[in-house]
Amino acid sequence: MSFNLLPIAPEIFLLTMACIILLVDAYLSDESRDLSYQLVQGSLIGTMSLLWLTFPTQKTFILNSLVVIDPMGALLKLFIVAAVFVVFVYSRNYLKARNFFKGEYFVLGLFATLGMMTMVSAHNLLIIYLGLELLSLSLYAMVAMHRDSSQATEAAMKYFILGAIASGMLLYGMSILYGVTGSLDLGIIAQKTAQVDGNKTFFAFGLVFLMVGLAFKFGAVPFHMWVPDVYQGAPTSVTMFISTAPKLAAFAMLMRLLIEGLPAMQAEWQQMLVILSVLSMAVGNIIAIVQSNIKRMLAYSTISHVGFLLLGVLTATQTGYAAAMFYTIVYALMGLGGFGMIILLSRAGFEAENVVDFKGLNERSPWYAFIMLILMLSMAGVPPMLGFWAKLAVLMEAVHTGYMWLALIGVILSVIGAYYYLRIIWMMYFEKPLDDAPIVASGDMHVALSANGLIILGLGMFPQALMVACVGALG
Amino acid sequence: MLAELPLLSLLLWMPLLGGAWVIAVGDKNPASPRIIALVVSLVVFLLSLPLYFSFDITTANMQFVERYEWIPMFHIYYHLGIDGFSMPLIILTTFSTVLVILAGWEVIQFKTSQYMAAFLIMEGLMIGVFSALDAMFFYVLWEAMLIPMFLIIGVWGGQRRVYATIKFFLYTFLGSVFMLIALLYLYFQSNSFAILDYHKLPLGLTAQIWIFLAFLFAFAVKVPMFPVHTWLPDAHVEAPTGGSVILAAIMLKLGGYGFLRFSLPITPDASRQLDWLIIGLSLIAIVYISLVALMQKDMKKLIAYSSISHMGFATLGFFIAFDIFAKTGSWDGGAMAMQGGMMQMISHGFISGALFLCVGVLYDRMHSRQIADYGGVANTMPRFAMFAVFFAMANSGLPGTSGFVGEFLVILSSFKANFWIAFTAATILIFGAAYTLWMVKRVIYGAVANSHVAELTDINARETLILTLLAIMVLWFGIYPAPVFDAMNSSVMNLLQHIAVSKLPTM
Repeated sequence: MSFNLLPIAPEIFLLTMACIILLVDAYLSDESRDLSYQLVQGSLIGTMSLLWLTFPTQKTFILNSLVVIDPMGALLKLFIVAAVFVVFVYSRNYLKARNFFKGEYFVLGLFATLGMMTMVSAHNLLIIYLGLELLSLSLYAMVAMHRDSSQATEAAMKYFILGAIASGMLLYGMSILYGVTGSLDLGIIAQKTAQVDGNKTFFAFGLVFLMVGLAFKFGAVPFHMWVPDVYQGAPTSVTMFISTAPKLAAFAMLMRLLIEGLPAMQAEWQQMLVILSVLSMAVGNIIAIVQSNIKRMLAYSTISHVGFLLLGVLTATQTGYAAAMFYTIVYALMGLGGFGMIILLSRAGFEAENVVDFKGLNERSPWYAFIMLILMLSMAGVPPMLGFWAKLAVLMEAVHTGYMWLALIGVILSVIGAYYYLRIIWMMYFEKPLDDAPIVASGDMHVALSANGLIILGLGMFPQALMVACVGALG
Repeated sequence: MLAELPLLSLLLWMPLLGGAWVIAVGDKNPASPRIIALVVSLVVFLLSLPLYFSFDITTANMQFVERYEWIPMFHIYYHLGIDGFSMPLIILTTFSTVLVILAGWEVIQFKTSQYMAAFLIMEGLMIGVFSALDAMFFYVLWEAMLIPMFLIIGVWGGQRRVYATIKFFLYTFLGSVFMLIALLYLYFQSNSFAILDYHKLPLGLTAQIWIFLAFLFAFAVKVPMFPVHTWLPDAHVEAPTGGSVILAAIMLKLGGYGFLRFSLPITPDASRQLDWLIIGLSLIAIVYISLVALMQKDMKKLIAYSSISHMGFATLGFFIAFDIFAKTGSWDGGAMAMQGGMMQMISHGFISGALFLCVGVLYDRMHSRQIADYGGVANTMPRFAMFAVFFAMANSGLPGTSGFVGEFLVILSSFKANFWIAFTAATILIFGAAYTLWMVKRVIYGAVANSHVAELTDINARETLILTLLAIMVLWFGIYPAPVFDAMNSSVMNLLQHIAVSKLPTM
């Protein structure tokens, strides 16, 4: 009975489709490359439908409890696949204009998605690692795809080396846990940890290494060095990919490892998360102020958002986890829109990479300036945008669990951070345009980007549904 | 019939949707955004009048209440209602918005539709702030209000507009996040976001003091009180005329309103303990800021400082009640002071708005705000000079104008508390007259200063209409302020009864 494959039908479908597309694409000429794009988007939609159809109502373990199927995982997977879908919509014209509208990009993206889905559902240290590596290796290759760009190559090298070190750390932590508990299964590890009274040194030792690996994947300070360089160096469409969906997967990995695997070590990981959270919020918000490259600025902005979502996790309550999950999803939505705008302003031979490239956008296109206005205000946490509710949910739980001082630090740092978001608005609305090249957006891009912005405004006015979904997924 | 309509919701949403409509229409025909904005603001103004006419002045309970679930998960409600404090301020808002849209009629040529829409959206949000009875709903609107003002100053402002508007935004944002934390704390104490539940919530003194300070920071920035006033002169100077008017006439009042709605009733014991702080800061504002105003060379800056000093009167009036009670054992003097403070806010709304419009009239013609560039304007613009002198008189508290009523009541009741407080406050009658009339003397009177002044044309019909309307209001409330006093009497009495009772847990 335990060999029931239906719950992982979405993953199986995605893997099959990825292999098929890899084969089909090899026989396609460049003119008919759009077919692979359509196949890829089709298989993502298919995966989403399967996820929807198999949406679980309770937690079940399958395949000898290597894999766990629960509402939290399913919801995160839905958002991961949806985020990848949107990334591909935004990427299409960007890639075409730069001559690497290649099947590999999409197939690598699909494999990365598969890796993320595996991470989300893993209930075993090895499976987590497997998923993580599948994701990371695909991402390294995607960053390096722009072969002629020295910047992209440098970013890829940095990402690969630092990522490999982090994976090594994670693996080392896992092997220590295996050494002391004799199992790779998160459930058994949780039991064994709870039974120990007295000396927990070995567990703490393992935990530290796990935490380093996790913090690296999130890009939390002080393991954030790769984030700005990779964000800046990678092609924007890849940056968008890295900054959105994998954060959702990293959140799931955090939940699996810490909350499901090491609940008995809560006091220890709470302390570590406090440090990571405060440092990330501080470094992210303060250093972002001086960035003139907008991709770098958004990288530091990501770091600060990671600090905020860790603040939700470290409260160690169900409401806090739900708030952090809500934050992660909201962040992914905002990240998609933000990088989508950069892609929109770029064109063949011109990358809108600098903050000043947003100058006078209100005169060039009031509508897109308005969308960017929503996105920036949402990232800054100004109501009535969705980002405000994400911050509020986290802050509420922090105040509730007695972390009043952390909440205060959080809000003060977000006021500091508001400056660099306001600077973008300043460029768009208060300055004259630097170039008056018309802004061309294909139909799908226009619809997606507009919807992206309006969803953030609309959900900001009615955030209840998404919040309930997050709480329900964890409860 | 009208009473059955969800009036407050209409007042909140009509300007917001009207703003969206104006943007959608765009600037293809430059007249259309103006006309639509004017029509929307007029309808909103007319709709706000029933608030006054069907207002029950015998009760301090909330009226026109609407309450729906908004975010049940956090117990946040879409909860609207008004009492004697908010009703006059809402009508002030709808009235000023009409004037502001008229004032920007020909002046604003750049992105007219966005300008008009920003003011309509501002109007809706401000009405929402005055009528919100759910703390989180209040906070959302309170913050959202910054967005249109940020754009108004930044897009249509003067030379240093970017500096001024970012300073304005960050200053206010920093103040309000402390309020947010205080509201979250209150939520976990009472398991509700209803402001009226907070009023009843017993709180220990330490908690009250922290909450009071958090609120103080948020509201003091908005009022603004010394020493967090420094954003205001910059924002005022750089803002377009309409922005200055809304900023002075309404946004500053939000701070005062916050004290009445949040600080006093939620933390009465902390207010009693720390009233010396507010009174001290108010007196500093009145004296020191008046002296600063005297030194200004820029007309807008002078009026901005004058605003700070006049708002000091309002905050003084709100918090002097405890001292009066301590001295006389009666809350009657406190009631008079509080009504004086409210009257001061409303009157200042008209007068400062009018003064900024007057400066705007001159600026549109000469593109200078420097006092030194003017002189003898009365010779070329006699009609304008008449209005300007009238509003200047009102600003210095001439009896018969609304400026006199509030100041007089606050000074009179302060005498019951302490002679020296009253004496210090009364110096505004001298300083206020000094800086206002000195400016009038240098700008309006004397010989024609230069060829630019000689070429000035007098105000046109539109400008005359705006200034006449304001002059009527100033005179009306100066001679017959009873409607305002009647409307807020019950609320003032209720608030005083409320703060007379300690909220400290009896143990």
